[in-house]
Amino acid sequence: MSKDIRIKRGLSLRLEGEAEKELVKAPRSKTYAIKPPDFHTVVPKMVVKEGAKLLAGDEIFYSKYTDEIRFTTPVSGVLKEIKRGDKRRILEVIIEADSQDAYREFGKMDASKADAKDVKERILESGCGAFIYQRPYDIVADPKDTPKAIFISAVTTAPLAADKGFIIKDKVEAFQEGINALKKLTPGKVHLSVDDSSAQYLKNIKGVELHHVNGAHPAGNVGVQIHKIDPINRGEKVWTVGVEDVAIIGNVFLTGEYHADRTIAVAGSEAKDRKYYQGTIGLNVADLIGLASDDVRIISGDVLTGTKLSNNQYVGFFENEVTLIPEGNNYRMFGWLPFTYNNIHSNSHTSLSWLFPNRKYKPTTNLNGEERALVVTGEMEEVLPMDIYPMQLIKACMAGDIEKMENLGIYEVAPEDFALVEYVNTSKIEIQEVIRLGLDLMITEVG
Amino acid sequence: MEWIRQRLDKIREPFNKGQKLEKYAPAINALDTFLFTPNHTTQKGAHIRDAVDLKRTMITVVLALVPALIFGMWNGGYQYLHQLPEYANGVPFLDAFIHGALKIVPMIAVSYAVGLGIEFAFAIFRGHEVNEGYLVTGLLIPMIMPIDIPLWMVALSVVFAVLIGKEAFGGTGMNILNPALTARAFAFFAYPTYMSGNTVWVSNAAEVDAVSGETILGTLASGNEVGYSAMNMFSGMIPGSIAETSAICILAGALILVLTKVGSWRIILSAFIGAAVMGMIFNALPSMGLEGNDLTNFPWYLHLIVGGLAFGIVFMATDPVSAAQTMKGKWIYGFLVGFLSVMIRVFNPAYPEGVMLGILLMNVFAPTIDHYVVQSNINRRKKRLKNANPQVETA
Repeated sequence: MSKDIRIKRGLSLRLEGEAEKELVKAPRSKTYAIKPPDFHTVVPKMVVKEGAKLLAGDEIFYSKYTDEIRFTTPVSGVLKEIKRGDKRRILEVIIEADSQDAYREFGKMDASKADAKDVKERILESGCGAFIYQRPYDIVADPKDTPKAIFISAVTTAPLAADKGFIIKDKVEAFQEGINALKKLTPGKVHLSVDDSSAQYLKNIKGVELHHVNGAHPAGNVGVQIHKIDPINRGEKVWTVGVEDVAIIGNVFLTGEYHADRTIAVAGSEAKDRKYYQGTIGLNVADLIGLASDDVRIISGDVLTGTKLSNNQYVGFFENEVTLIPEGNNYRMFGWLPFTYNNIHSNSHTSLSWLFPNRKYKPTTNLNGEERALVVTGEMEEVLPMDIYPMQLIKACMAGDIEKMENLGIYEVAPEDFALVEYVNTSKIEIQEVIRLGLDLMITEVG
Repeated sequence: MEWIRQRLDKIREPFNKGQKLEKYAPAINALDTFLFTPNHTTQKGAHIRDAVDLKRTMITVVLALVPALIFGMWNGGYQYLHQLPEYANGVPFLDAFIHGALKIVPMIAVSYAVGLGIEFAFAIFRGHEVNEGYLVTGLLIPMIMPIDIPLWMVALSVVFAVLIGKEAFGGTGMNILNPALTARAFAFFAYPTYMSGNTVWVSNAAEVDAVSGETILGTLASGNEVGYSAMNMFSGMIPGSIAETSAICILAGALILVLTKVGSWRIILSAFIGAAVMGMIFNALPSMGLEGNDLTNFPWYLHLIVGGLAFGIVFMATDPVSAAQTMKGKWIYGFLVGFLSVMIRVFNPAYPEGVMLGILLMNVFAPTIDHYVVQSNINRRKKRLKNANPQVETA
């Protein structure tokens, strides 16, 4: 039995360069990396030194302040380098991979029959705790908490994002086992939301509350779905897990091994072989796309929420896509004239692009303007389908007014929910960053 | 284009980071970004951005003002020339337009020069870029003045509006009052003889014998017969502030604002509804056994097209900064703007035009309206929290 959720407000960007639905095996990278900055607020404490020989699933570091959260290596090999940045912050833990993975044996376990405590311990020791995120704050979940529910979104709405149904279609068995395991972690429900594509494969999953979601982006964001299904109140915690990550967790129980499989869609107007690649977490982007020229932006993730990569860097831990779009470091004469440059998409009607809803765009990274004071009102509400006043919340975050942030619903949002707000914003303010800093302030002040 | 770009890069060299004139960079940036949308790329957050920016938004408002401005120039000349004996057989379009333009263009030039000068100075002083808001304000200020106002008064009003109305509150985006209306209110109270009465609305009225230059509202307030037809009022061939007279041209501007979503249709619609409702209430007085006066008995639909009401609603009440910012708030705000404007217009014979005071008053109350709208959202959240876990105390 599924419940329908319709999202009316939002914006589905149609961009050039969608990945073809064809799955090929990604070439094996020489080196793989786990990047601690992917796990916001985690301070890594290394347990192995450079040169250590590792099996896939061996612990490499843990979170200093929540030591139950352990991080394991996705491949077997030798720990090659611990790359540090300012103040010796660890940026990348690079592992030189063996030609064939050897796995650490955790032992098989039937998640549906096992004890909740054992299930949790198995998830943590295999490093799968890293996949479980917590709302509020959008950080790695603290295993000591008991969430009121767990949410999984198998809905794809982000521009050029990998289709979640396509990703999971061959992993349904592992996905079911992952659900069985996650069910042990919460006294509440496990909510699974699907769209037309993922419903084909996931409609018979047992032990979940199924929601059928349709509508424009950000309908696929788990935060929007939580808001519609069971909103987070002060003091409550819910957990979220990615679709493919559920299958990885399931595989740990089914096979007793940590198979960090990651399907990555290569998309974007500048990408050559636009396909889905079956690879492993932490692979090197050069192995997927080769070397990109300077006028191409490599994005680990989608165009709205991803992170910028240079050649030879590593794809982010959670990302299911690599997007390549042209850099936009060019000048446009009289770019401010209304109704000109209609080839650049605009949600505002000061461009004629809204008259062609079916047109596909080829956006660049140009900011299309400069940062200004917040003046225009009403544009943010159009793309945020939540019962939240975005501009007021953003201003509260900027001012660091904790009580106001709490009152206006900071617990219910994550930076990614404000990605479209940032996209349409006339004043070009970096709103995801503002929300992130607001959340960080809440973590230090409220906890 | 390449050539201009190269020249510009050369000119701005001394303004670059670490160079001698770095402090004055906002000034050169304003010129540069006027010619070219800059090559800035996204660094954090979303990698792609909408084509819209504040320049585009503001220029759209300027475009929407153009019909009313052009009509205002023509009407400024026409109102004077058609009373002269030598034009008894009709006023050629060009004569009227040139007469008006010669009066109005200098006012616009003064307004932009003075206002942008202050904006640039504050941008340099505060170390931010020049905001585009003044492109609209600077054009609005002359458009809502009487045609014969001395240029130094325009300049002084601009100074007051930008300094006290805007910068004192922290600059663009922070002001409580609409800066253009602040300028008009300043001029109105500081120089009432230039801003009201029955001779200021027609150019060079002192030269014309027995001028008929009273605005319709002024005529009604003094209990005289109105000599204009409804069609005159709608097309705008009546005396008044420069750009306020033509309902047709204002509607054209409103159409641009609404279609481009730059101006809030909610505010425009609800304000007209508010004005109509107030007008109907006054019209209904005789049927309730109360005797009204000429202003209360003036048909409600004519209230909408005379005076500055339409211009104020379309171009001033919709200013996103000083209006209410929430959707529900916009409905309430707009309705009250219209309602109060007609009320002030009718009840207060000292100010035959009420829209300026109506909007300024609602500007002051807009944050309060928003506060209550947002508070209902907050209360909803608190109630949800209470129902979810009753043991948690809600503050």
